[in-house]
Formats: sequence, C-alpha cells, structure tokens
Amino acid sequence: MLGEGILKGMGETARNFFGSYVKADRLTTVQFPEERLPQKEAARNFPFLVYDGDTPQAGLRCVACQICEKECPPKCIYIVKSKDKKADYVGKQQLYPATFDIDTSVCMSCQICVEVCPFDAIKMDTEFELSTHDRFAALLLKKTDLAKSNEYYRKIHPSEAQETDERLAAEKAKFEAKAKADAEAKAKIAAGAKPATTPAPQAPAAPAVKPVNGAAPPADKAAATPSHNGATAAEPTTRATKPVTAPV
Amino acid sequence: MGNGIDQIFVDGKIWLVSQTPLVAQPIVSAVISIAALIGAFATLFALTTILERKGLGRIQNRYGPNRVGPFGILQPLADGLKAMTKEDVVPRAADHVVHFLAPLILVVPVFLALSVIPIGRNMTALDLDAGILFFFAVGAATELSVFMAGWSSRNKYSLLGAMRAIAQMISYEVPLILSSIPVILIVGSLSATAIVDAQGGYTGILPHWFLLTPWGLAGFILFMIAATAESNRSPFDLPEGESEIIAGYYIEYSGFKFALFFLGEYIGMFAVSGLAITLFLGGWHAPFPFLEFIPSYIWFFAKLLGIIALLIWVRGTVPRLRMDQLMNFAWKFMLPMTLINLLVAVLWQMMGPGWGRWLMGLALVIGPYIILGKALVGHRNWGKRTYRFAD
Repeated sequence: MLGEGILKGMGETARNFFGSYVKADRLTTVQFPEERLPQKEAARNFPFLVYDGDTPQAGLRCVACQICEKECPPKCIYIVKSKDKKADYVGKQQLYPATFDIDTSVCMSCQICVEVCPFDAIKMDTEFELSTHDRFAALLLKKTDLAKSNEYYRKIHPSEAQETDERLAAEKAKFEAKAKADAEAKAKIAAGAKPATTPAPQAPAAPAVKPVNGAAPPADKAAATPSHNGATAAEPTTRATKPVTAPV
Repeated sequence: MGNGIDQIFVDGKIWLVSQTPLVAQPIVSAVISIAALIGAFATLFALTTILERKGLGRIQNRYGPNRVGPFGILQPLADGLKAMTKEDVVPRAADHVVHFLAPLILVVPVFLALSVIPIGRNMTALDLDAGILFFFAVGAATELSVFMAGWSSRNKYSLLGAMRAIAQMISYEVPLILSSIPVILIVGSLSATAIVDAQGGYTGILPHWFLLTPWGLAGFILFMIAATAESNRSPFDLPEGESEIIAGYYIEYSGFKFALFFLGEYIGMFAVSGLAITLFLGGWHAPFPFLEFIPSYIWFFAKLLGIIALLIWVRGTVPRLRMDQLMNFAWKFMLPMTLINLLVAVLWQMMGPGWGRWLMGLALVIGPYIILGKALVGHRNWGKRTYRFAD
C-alpha cells in the first residue's frame, strides 16, 4: 500500500535518532582535534631525513648522493653537497648535504625517494597537520626541519624500522669485521715484510685509508654505495632484495 | 491564571501605541507588529537551522554541529556572520537588477503570508476577513521570485532549477488550496481568526480540532504533503537538487543574498506550517482543557516546532523524487484525493451528527486512498531484467 515504505523508513530513522542518544557505539564520529585514532602503520605522506644518535645534523645518514634528487618526479628535492666529509654510520668518511630542501607544496608523496635511497636516509613521515600561515617559505622544508631521529622512525613505522636497523647493524658488523680482518692482514703482511723490504713507512698508514676506498665494502651495499660521488650512481639494485614490510 | 501572561504582548502593544500621538498610531501599531513578527520568526529560523542540522545528524548517527558554543547552539550565529562577511559574487552575464531583487521578492511575500496567521489569542498581525485567500495570493508570489532568480543568473542549472520549481509549485498549489477548502467550507469564513475560533472548545477531553475528523485528518496529511512541495523541502527538493543541478536557482547566489533566500525558504515553511496549524490543529488552542493555563502563543509555537520536527524527520528519511514521480503524484493522487476529501466534507456537513458520517467519512477517505495508491505504485510487473547486448 502507498505509504507503507515511508512509514517503515520513518521508523528506522526514528530508531537512529533516539538510538544515537542511548547507545554510544552508534556514533562512530571521532572528535578530531581532541580525540585521535592511532596512526596506521601504513600511513605515509611526506619524506623526512633520518639521523642516528642525538645530534640531528651530525647524525644524518644522508651522504648527499643526490639519487633522490634525480629520481624525484616533481623535482621537489634540492641538495647541495658539502665540501668536507664526516663519518657515516659505519665509520666511513662520506660527504653530507650542506643543503637539503624539500618543497612540500610540490611533493606528491610518491615515496620514490625512499625507494631509491641506498642509505636508508630518507623515510616517509606520518605528520599530516602541515598547514602554515606562509604559503611560500614555510612550505619549503629545510634540512633542519626535515631531520628526525631514528627513534621517531621506530615509533611511526615500527616493523619497517626494525628491519632497517637490523640490516644496518649487520652491515656495520660486517664492515667492522672486514676492516679488522683487513687491518690484521695488513699488519701481518707488514710484519712479514718488515724484515725483508724497506718501504715499511707506507704500510702502517695503509690500514687507515685502504678500507675506505680499496677494501670491498660489505656485501650487497657495495654496488650502490657511491663513496664519493653520486653522479655515477649505479642502479640501487639492492633494494629489490630488501624485504618489504607488510603494513599492519 | 494566565490571562495576563496570555495577553502580555497584546497589552504591551496597546500601551506602547497609546504613548504615541494619535496621527502616528496606525503606523506605530503596524511597525510594532511587523518588528515582532520579523524578530520572532527570524529567531525561529536560526533555531530551526541548528535543530535541523542536529536532528539530521542524529538521524544519520552523527553529532551534527557541536563546536560553536555549548553543544553547538551558537552555530546559527557563526553561519550568519559568515553569510554577511562573504563576498557577494554576481555573474557578469547576469541581469543585475533582477538578480538583486529576487531574494527580496521571496522574503517580502513570505512575511506577508505569515502576517495573517493567528499566533495567539488576539495576536494576528493582519486580521483580514479574507485572510486565507490573502495567504494563497501572496504565497503564489514566491514562484515569481524563484523564476527571477533562475532566469537572471544566466546559468543553465539555475534555469533548470527554476523550471522545475515553477512546474512543482504550480502543480502543488492546486492540492494545497483544494485541501484547505473543506475547512473554509465547514467554518463558512475565509478569516483565519474565525477558523481558529471554530476549533475552540472541547468534547470531554478531546478538542474540536478539524484534525480529529476523517476529512480533517486526510486534509491535514494532503495539506502537509503539498506544503512540503510548496516550500521545496525534501523529498520534493528537485528545484534545488544538490546532486543533480547543484543548487538549482541558488547556484549564482552567495553571501547575504543566499542567506536571504534561505531565510525566505524557511519563513515560507513556517508560514505554510502555521496555516496548517490554523486550519487543522486548532491554531493557538490548547490540546486539552486542563492545559489551557499555558499561554496561547506558546501553544502555537509548540505546534509549529512539532510540525518542523516532522518535516525534518521526513527530510531525513525520504529520498528525492523523480520529476515524473512528482508530477504523477500531484495530478494522479493528490488532486483526486483532495476532490474526494472536499466531497467528504460536504457530506459530513449535510449528514449532521451521528455515527453515519464517521463511517461515510472513513470509507470515502480510506477506500480511494487504497485504490489510488495501488494505481500509483501498485502494478509493477517488472520481470527479470534482460540485457540485449551484454548477454
């Protein structure tokens, strides 16, 4: 009969109306600024630079290889390499970025910079309240704005960070073992050669320099590690083997 | 006893008018009435917008606005400020004069229509002998405003909305007037005050409202359906149709002109609801004799808020009709039902008191309702859908 469906519908909406005052689980709205849902681990928006230790600029993993700058589709990254070098996480002397800017108004959050980075230096952030009063300068994030600690990374993407940390620790251990072995070998050679040959003064100096340039860097990082210049950067094939952590 | 409180506004106005010189008294009297009317109903408009948004929110299991003030009750203030401070954009190709006049021409007639509604004992701003006729006459002027808005914007969606609005408002004006004729016929007067007076008094505990007769009940329902269509409210909001024609004739209006349109629409809704109260719900009379101590204007506004709540409830429930459904409903259901209802009222009056007229009334209302309803929605022999090319 005409009107039956309307009455039924009116009953349903009346149930909704009164039910929303009685049953709290009917109202699914989250009162945003006061209440927040926990961030999903898969959440990603803008990149940031990871640093180790307590000093943001000294601890930056970035070695200014400029791969991300070249890969970035909208070209929102701007890097100027430093003139001097500092030790990276394994202790090798590396360049560091004198300038590292990301224009968040241009960034399209594609995560390609993260995919290509051979140093695990750039990662995706989950910070989304980025509105500013200045449309220009405030949206161009400087190196100081971008640097965030590894602890922060562990907090926002725990499983991914754990995987990265383990890999980096393994690489560091490997590197140190190799450096030690090399040093021992060198020392042995030096010790063995000392009585026979004269050019002894060169040998003791070698262990300090050789591992950086000469000694094969540990395992799979070798190919992609441009020790002094990113312009010749090889394809970061190592990434293919990196296990992709499934978002929880 | 509430006679003093009941007549407080009337007495206050008489006192205020008596303070002024004799020549100015008619003008002062009119200005006071108009100011009171505009003030009261503009406040009610603000209240209704927040109630509507909260109510619709709750119907959809949301909170609704709850940020401005406690529980969001100051939201209308924020809305009003926003509307007033917004840029007033007028399309370059628009007819500026007509574009400017359209919202004014909507607001003026709806307030005029409101002025003939008795909102309390001795509280009718414009007590005309032909009040109901006046109401429908000025109420029809809103169609002009809608078409002015739609045409002057020089926008295709605007024009489409205006065309729909004209088609709808003219179609539903007929059942709106025809469903109010039985009341005029029974009372024998076009005066709104006389109609309210005719519904005073009680039989036992029940009031003599026309709602409590077969033709009155049917008339009320038909009137409310037509009134919903007249005030372009969901499910008859085709002229606005946000999802199809964006906002219809509103589309090129912004800032305070849009707010005026909104105000006009809501005041129109109050006016037509007020007429429904006057015609069928006993005007400002209390529903039970023991509740008569509550002032008459409170009863009027309580009934008005009740009808508004009903309209909000319907809006939250029923989806928008299609144009052909709208027209079919107007001409194939509403019109015959109102004519039959007129016949019922005539027979009711002729048969005199007794059970016979109740039986006649109920039979003549329910029977055609079922038959016409079947004719409107019944015979749907839709089989399984076949696809000529996809299979």
